[in-house]
Amino acid sequence: MRAPSRSDGTRRRLLVAGAGLGAWLVVRPAAGASEDLAAAIRAYTGGADARPGRVRLDVPKLVDNGNSVPLTVSVDSPMTPSDHVAAIAIFNERNPERDVARFALGPRSGLARVSTRIRLATSQRLVAVARTSDGAHWSDAIDVVVVLAACIEGES
Amino acid sequence: MARAIVSVPPAAKRGDVIEIRTLIAHPMETGFRADPEGRRVPRDLIRRFTCRYNGEVVFAAELFPAAAANPSLVFHTIAVESGTLAFTWEGDNGFAQTETAAIRVT
Amino acid sequence: MSARRTALAATAFAVAGACASFASGQADTRRSGAEFMSPATQAIERDDTQNPAMLWVADGEALWIRKAGRAGRACVDCHGDARISMRGVAARYPAFDAVAGRPVDLGQRVDLCAQRHQQAESLPPESGPRLALESYVALQSRGMPIAPPADPRLDAWRDRGDALYRQRIGLLDLACEQCHDALSGRRLGGSVIPQAHPTGYPIYRLEWQTMGSLQRRLRSCMSGVRAEVPPYGAPELVELELHLMSRAAGMAVDAPGVRP
Repeated sequence: MRAPSRSDGTRRRLLVAGAGLGAWLVVRPAAGASEDLAAAIRAYTGGADARPGRVRLDVPKLVDNGNSVPLTVSVDSPMTPSDHVAAIAIFNERNPERDVARFALGPRSGLARVSTRIRLATSQRLVAVARTSDGAHWSDAIDVVVVLAACIEGES
Repeated sequence: MARAIVSVPPAAKRGDVIEIRTLIAHPMETGFRADPEGRRVPRDLIRRFTCRYNGEVVFAAELFPAAAANPSLVFHTIAVESGTLAFTWEGDNGFAQTETAAIRVT
Repeated sequence: MSARRTALAATAFAVAGACASFASGQADTRRSGAEFMSPATQAIERDDTQNPAMLWVADGEALWIRKAGRAGRACVDCHGDARISMRGVAARYPAFDAVAGRPVDLGQRVDLCAQRHQQAESLPPESGPRLALESYVALQSRGMPIAPPADPRLDAWRDRGDALYRQRIGLLDLACEQCHDALSGRRLGGSVIPQAHPTGYPIYRLEWQTMGSLQRRLRSCMSGVRAEVPPYGAPELVELELHLMSRAAGMAVDAPGVRP
């Protein structure tokens, strides 16, 4: 199920997931969450804009469980000594902390693509920000829907 | 010592971009969970991962509570020369572990 | 109501027919739990470099050759290369243990071996070493058909498991068969209901963020319907395991599995 891209560069993904995080103590309320996300990104870029583009944040359309969500971030870059991705940071909107992961790359990387598995406490936005060797920042964002598991199991 | 699985092609041609896959056993306890009695389970995370290629850092990662348990990292590097790839994970409670893999570049 | 009874009857007939039809060539409608997962989770299970369960397999492989207990004996000392001696073993468990006078599942067998033949401390249910050895042994049956032993000593136990599978339990008053026979493939909340075939055990369950046995999964389900949960090792759990493995006879083992 694929919705058209919005003009601000975000893409909507419908995910079905069991969050399995019934024991989470802290889920941020909606109010204030998106401002904190923007603040975290600004802190990372030193106040500069992170322009949408060149970055692709890939999370599967269908996710079984919010405890372990595969994520791949890739950046369109020649990865030469004079033009490469130096760093990629992933931010979230509504987990207890904004940071998800930060990666350090360079011309030795050959390819600006990293995959990992992350936790999503609830439906929220994810943003990937890439810092290139010329000091610019590029980004991609997606909205993720997390559905709670049906059976709340006390006995694990 | 936590169990770790590292996948590196044993051989490559000079200049090839190779994919490296790593997996390590670790609960990645966030510090936000409560135990059955309602007490907060203390944070216990891997915080940093580094890949060194014949001693030179070619990839690094900083992980946060949002990283999943038993963390997986897949990344790329250019096969520049034969030698040793060293993978180091460090984190809370003095966690520190290094695994190595040899690579033959022709 | 009558439509539902008809649907249940039709499903029961189909399941029974599937079991009997293997030889006659009719389509087997039984599906591994893996087929009800998202493609992303299936991809993790298929990739031994990405499947977290392989961390436990690697531990099991190391434990297999480690001398332990007062006897100072390693599994390899009696069993040799697990890739040969353990081939097909997980596919035919639970099996009857003459000394204990009852059936035991694979994890219990590993624990009994440790105690009896290594004179080692018991390996508690769901403990790291027990799951590691169970995973390593289960891997040696990967791809092989589930083959419950034709051992008449198992019959009464398996029959009790069959009855338990159909018995309504808990505050939600649900029997396993109601969800897993009649409603498999449909959704309960956000999750797809699988057919409850134990082909992948022990599993890395994303919900647990760790490895676990079939007994753990059964206890979770019982808790989910708000029933009293039997302790690990309870006869009811082994009876259910026997029934489930019999119901899955002929299906391919896909252990160690990843499940949501």
